[in-house]
Amino acid sequence: MIRFRSIFWTAVFAVTMAGGAWAAFLRFYYGLGASTHLNDQFPWGLWIGFDVLCGVGLAAGGFTLAAIVHIFNIKTYKPIVRPAILTAFLGYLLVVVALMFDLGRPYRIWHPLIMWNPRSVMFEVGWCVMLYTTVLFLEFLPLVLQKFRLSKAQRILRLFMLPIVILGVILSTLHQSSLGSLFLIMPHKLHPLWYSPLLPVLFYVSAIATGLAMTIFESWHSSRAFNRQLEYPLIKRLTRVLAVSIAVYMTMRFLDLYHRGALATLNNPGMERWLFGLETLLMAVPMLMFFRERTRENPTAVYIGVVMFLLGFVTHRLNVSVTGLEATSGVSYVPKWTELAVTLAIVAGGFYIFRLAAKYLPVFEEEEEAEGALSGGRRIPVLTGDACQPALSRGD
Amino acid sequence: MSRAVLYDSTLCVGCRQCEEACSTRWKLPYNEKIAAEEVISSHKLTAIRTHGERFSRKMCMHCQDPACASVCPVGALHKTAEGPVIYEEDRCMGCRYCMAACAFQVPTYEWDARLPKVRKCDMCSDRTSKGGVTRCSEACPAGASLTGDRDELIAEARKRIREKPGDYYPRVYGIEEVGGTAVLMIAAVPFEQLGFSKNVPKQALPALTWNALAHVPDVVVMGSVLMGGVYWISHRREEVAKEEGKS
Repeated sequence: MIRFRSIFWTAVFAVTMAGGAWAAFLRFYYGLGASTHLNDQFPWGLWIGFDVLCGVGLAAGGFTLAAIVHIFNIKTYKPIVRPAILTAFLGYLLVVVALMFDLGRPYRIWHPLIMWNPRSVMFEVGWCVMLYTTVLFLEFLPLVLQKFRLSKAQRILRLFMLPIVILGVILSTLHQSSLGSLFLIMPHKLHPLWYSPLLPVLFYVSAIATGLAMTIFESWHSSRAFNRQLEYPLIKRLTRVLAVSIAVYMTMRFLDLYHRGALATLNNPGMERWLFGLETLLMAVPMLMFFRERTRENPTAVYIGVVMFLLGFVTHRLNVSVTGLEATSGVSYVPKWTELAVTLAIVAGGFYIFRLAAKYLPVFEEEEEAEGALSGGRRIPVLTGDACQPALSRGD
Repeated sequence: MSRAVLYDSTLCVGCRQCEEACSTRWKLPYNEKIAAEEVISSHKLTAIRTHGERFSRKMCMHCQDPACASVCPVGALHKTAEGPVIYEEDRCMGCRYCMAACAFQVPTYEWDARLPKVRKCDMCSDRTSKGGVTRCSEACPAGASLTGDRDELIAEARKRIREKPGDYYPRVYGIEEVGGTAVLMIAAVPFEQLGFSKNVPKQALPALTWNALAHVPDVVVMGSVLMGGVYWISHRREEVAKEEGKS
């Protein structure tokens, strides 16, 4: 049975990658016109809306968990920092890959390095993503150093970890919110259910919630893939934090809609109100679920809730970047199969590389010189560490 | 003293000489089939549109504070002091944010090219920057497109409306739109009836993104203080434990 399942998934993966490779050939040989349904009226589609906007949001767990554990010093969550950082690092690399497909001249992706325009949100996002990917690499590096037992390099890197983590949180705050600012320039194009001067704040808060949700999502998957026990007491606690994050986001979202008088547009016919309803439902239902003790006690229910919320997040980002712009563009956009094939291949590639990294690198292990990760390698008796030991004991 | 173009729809006879002159300037093909396309595209940078017996013209509006120039991450677009908004293709990496941001849906893309670039009218900047007139103005047999100083053209447009109030809808398109454009238009009927979007904002768009971007330094400073502070507080217990361990 297990053998059959593994053959099945290998086949699915192979087909997805082959489809992606063929689509990549069409994209780079025949150009964007032949490989996408984009046009002068609709210059941004699935690759920007999903691969870039959602990709960056889904990778927000890296900075969220790094801040919780290394800045706020809540050591309980330490066992899930590494997988979160690995997810984020892979996520950002894949976003760059996706961007190479979308840019008309991908070989000029480095141009913002020397050709500056500080008035441009895209310029700021570009710089932040570039710097933050470097930060994530440095946060991920200890795993590699530990694997190859380079303890001296490990100690040196550890000296700089605090400024690196702080820099990571700041860069993330900047570009997670700036992805929302990208759309501030389109008040006349974006539907009032989604256009708001608060877009940067809404993008930031929802990215934090999504980062937490992704951490739970990948914990669930890696525990199944590697036959590990789920860090369940941890996940249960994180579910509470997630519930509150979603509540803060939803409150902010609806206050904003109310103050702008945008809720009145729900009376207008058209697909927008249904998309808004879908987005709201996919976020409100999991939030209410997570506030219930009974849901939090049930790993499957938590997983279903998390998937719903992630779909809600994706719906929101696509509404802002694609569907909310359709009415004023005068055209309707449905992605071409090549756009979907590239996207699927990128997602599948992400899963595969995560699996490889988790298999060969100490992603789910404690650091060798446990604790004191940020105190320059000095060994410190940790009070909180003992207190949380029972919670770490693999959930039994 | 910046250059501008005034298009008077009431004078336009729809001969499309402006289109042909424009295609010649850009070395783009022009034939009957392309003439019949009433939209701008990467192979047609200005278009005459027919609305019953009336005409309108579509081209880059050359905004006074252009959204395309403000959003471009590599500064490939910029507004020159002489009036035109110009594009430097050597810088462009093809993110198409200019197209997404433009209030008039003007920048177009070479979708069929393997290494595409953005295409848009540059108000014949080679000529207008030296005080000359655009090729479309030069080609127009009816005097419907004029090149001149923006303030003088606004005065001229207002004078025409004042002298023949029966012939004109009393508004100059381009004085207020997105904070002002260097292409001005007057017509006999409201501009919505000539294919112009109704909800073009009156304020310059770049201020909207700048409101958010201006906070970047604040976020960096506040973030460092806040994160550093939280770290200092949250790691206090460990320091205490260390001290106690010593004594």
